Amino acid sequence: MAILNALIKKESLHIIRDPRTLLITLLMPLVLLLLFGFAISTEVRNIRICAVVDRHTDETRAILERFRNNEYFDFQGLVASTEQNRMLEEGLTDAILILRTATGNMESQIIVDASNTTMAQAATGYIESMVSGQSGNSPIISSTLYNPQLKSSYNFVPGIMGMIFILICAIMTSVSIVREKETGTLNLLIVSPIRAATIILGKLIPYFILSAVILAIVLMLAYGVLGMPYSPASIVNVVLFSLLYILLSLSIGLLISALVRTQLAALIVSAVAFMLPVVMLSGMIFPIDNLPIVLQWVSAVIPARWYIAAMRKIMVQEIGIGFLVGELTILASTTAVLLTLAIVKFKSAVR
Amino acid sequence: MNAIVDISHLSARYGRTMALDDVSLQVDKGELFGVIGPDGAGKSTLYKILATLMPPASGGASVCGLDIVKDYRDVRSRIGYMPERFSLYKDLSVQENLKFFAALFGVSVKKNFDLIAPIFRQLERFPDRKAGALSGGMKQKLALSCALIHRPEILLLDEPTTGVDAVSRSEFWDILQSLKNQGITILVSTSYMDEANLCERIAMIDRGRILGTDTPARLVARLGERLFAARADNMFRLLEELRRLPQVKECYTFGANLHAVVSDDFDPQQAARMMEHCGLKGVSITPAEGTIEDLFIKLTANEQ
Amino acid sequence: MNNSEYAITVKDLTKKFGDFTAVDRITFDVRKGEIFGFLGANGAGKTTAMRMLCGLSVPTSGNGRVAGFDIVRQAEMIKRRIGYMSQNFSLYQNLTAEENLRLFGTIYGLSDREIKTRSQRLFQDLDMESMRGKRVGDIPVGWKQKLAFVAATIHLPEIVFLDEPTGGVDPVTRRKFWELIYKATADGMTVFVTTHYLDEAEYCNRVSIMVDGRIEALDSPDNLKKRYDADTMDEVFRMVAKNAKRAE
Repeated sequence: MAILNALIKKESLHIIRDPRTLLITLLMPLVLLLLFGFAISTEVRNIRICAVVDRHTDETRAILERFRNNEYFDFQGLVASTEQNRMLEEGLTDAILILRTATGNMESQIIVDASNTTMAQAATGYIESMVSGQSGNSPIISSTLYNPQLKSSYNFVPGIMGMIFILICAIMTSVSIVREKETGTLNLLIVSPIRAATIILGKLIPYFILSAVILAIVLMLAYGVLGMPYSPASIVNVVLFSLLYILLSLSIGLLISALVRTQLAALIVSAVAFMLPVVMLSGMIFPIDNLPIVLQWVSAVIPARWYIAAMRKIMVQEIGIGFLVGELTILASTTAVLLTLAIVKFKSAVR
Repeated sequence: MNAIVDISHLSARYGRTMALDDVSLQVDKGELFGVIGPDGAGKSTLYKILATLMPPASGGASVCGLDIVKDYRDVRSRIGYMPERFSLYKDLSVQENLKFFAALFGVSVKKNFDLIAPIFRQLERFPDRKAGALSGGMKQKLALSCALIHRPEILLLDEPTTGVDAVSRSEFWDILQSLKNQGITILVSTSYMDEANLCERIAMIDRGRILGTDTPARLVARLGERLFAARADNMFRLLEELRRLPQVKECYTFGANLHAVVSDDFDPQQAARMMEHCGLKGVSITPAEGTIEDLFIKLTANEQ
Repeated sequence: MNNSEYAITVKDLTKKFGDFTAVDRITFDVRKGEIFGFLGANGAGKTTAMRMLCGLSVPTSGNGRVAGFDIVRQAEMIKRRIGYMSQNFSLYQNLTAEENLRLFGTIYGLSDREIKTRSQRLFQDLDMESMRGKRVGDIPVGWKQKLAFVAATIHLPEIVFLDEPTGGVDPVTRRKFWELIYKATADGMTVFVTTHYLDEAEYCNRVSIMVDGRIEALDSPDNLKKRYDADTMDEVFRMVAKNAKRAE
């Protein structure tokens, strides 16, 4: 026990005495959360739109009025039909709405600049519903559950958490162990009579504590600043799942450290083999259902996918743990397998 | 048999390269034993195996009667290992490093301080200085203190004096001598041939093989060659001219002189006259005492 | 071109880091074609002094000329006229011997033809024909060391700086390397060398010993041994350096 204490104390000194890394570690979750929470958003706003109308009727006036008053649109006014192509080509507007009433019945056409596909898709949908809403057909009543304002930050917070813990736990743990390989101090630990398990605990515990601190910061931001909905039960579930996921990420770090020799290799392996898939394939940014089928299979073995899915259910849907048995089982068993593998590999590496 | 370190037919390999090839050695209790050889000779591999960091490919070794493979955990508490490179925590202070290594072995710094006190004296002046900010000689003393803090029976020192200046080196050897006097067995490796004479017995090692094991004096006696020291105003030309003589088997620089290994029919006066005839001035050729370095050159020259 | 008889002249050269004086008003000259041994205890300031001479570090005060150029104002001119080789043999391990030479030749602005003729001759002179196409990582250390020296001197510099070129190398290889140095000086090159092997100090024409940032002794090995009543340079060094206050 005294030996473990000495190891943990030593590791804490390493962390504290490297203020740059510590600062990055603590600031990065903050910056990422605020960036995704406020600045980056998949919602489309301020769509610039012009209208071409051959003959005004009450109907066309009403439609245009709605565009003028809608915050998602920046209505730029009426233009002549000869102008419409030029407007689009010169990028002066994003969409043209053409309303023809000369035949008696109103016909409408939408021309959208699709050079930004996200914007184009969203704009088309919005415009269609704005126009048809008044066309007298049966209205569609839509209600959005769980995230009524469709805030994209709700979607990103779980994803960012899935990324941050892989980043901090896997990279920092593996780099700190491999650094000792590089400087030769690991050999000195090995030739002392302490057990490999003690060396492992001496590495995992400090980074586990550091990760828990970061979890607290992330949750405070998510609930306090980004205003995510919460209940005591959901917070308990979030913490539970996150601690499990942290342990899983630590195991990955330990496994990497047993397999590579240099800090650079540890960094590259952590980043390429673990970070990239988390960002691209875990559903953090791109919905898994939209991925090609092969990549969907690949994503199934990425632990972050299950963590992020679970976190969305808990944090956004606020559903109970009873609905998360699948995710919990997958995460827990992956952790068990990875941790065992890491310990076996590490032990055989240091004997 | 009083051997505290007993190595028999030890071999080790990295991939296809033989790092150690059938090495056998015995080190007696309380001995100051030197492993002398250049970089890449296999010294560090030998140390890693003895320190239980690497298993041998074949053969075996025992330390304090314990098998280094089977009883590796017990071996570890008996040895103090100082690796070739400076291996302490650079971001921890002098004091923190020492405390940490004491804690690893479950001993208190206070209890064993008497052993390291003479070494640690200079370091005591700045206990809070980070190990990374120490000078080469100081780092080496801190590393030795950390390797000694659990009062090991055997010290394994892998090239402790590489890259250290001559004054610090001789201080370091004084320290080793005093540790030996306290009964600690020391196995020290070096690439400085002149340090061989500071050991009781040495093993000369090159390319993974032991070239000879004995006291320095007896090893030198094995040289069995007529050796002359030569000098002149232009040493490089003297070297070239002497090598042309058929009686000179080998000629190489040796400090301020050249050493010439010669056959029985070599006549120094005649050779000196010939050198002066070649335009060299101040030629002197006198009989010389062989050294470990001469022996090493003799044993390895043919392979190069 | 440098027409003076000196390859290096240094006057009151000083380098301070904060309130720490790493190099303290050193003054010396190195004649052309000389092998100059630059000795000192660990931390005496050798490396700092050498960096200033190579134009890699600006002195706090004092001045010096290397290959006829001012070390402060004409550092770039100096870099083109010197060669540098350190203990770590700064060669690219995964390039072949020949590719390394071509690379260093190109860096120093030699034409393809010059590189070709020079490396051809060097490989022949050094008996290294068989090593030409081998990757440096696979070459034995002795050859690697020679190759590093050749790479550092492919542009025929006036002065070559050797920073502990023989650390840890076996006695036979070490001697062969010194013969290479002798050969280079016979061709008129000036050699400025640091070493921890004091028998190598005996091979130098003149030797300086730095202690605590200052040059405490400078003369030929014979004269130094006479002055300190010593048999070897090893003894001389111990007598001069034993009073060092600081270490690195």
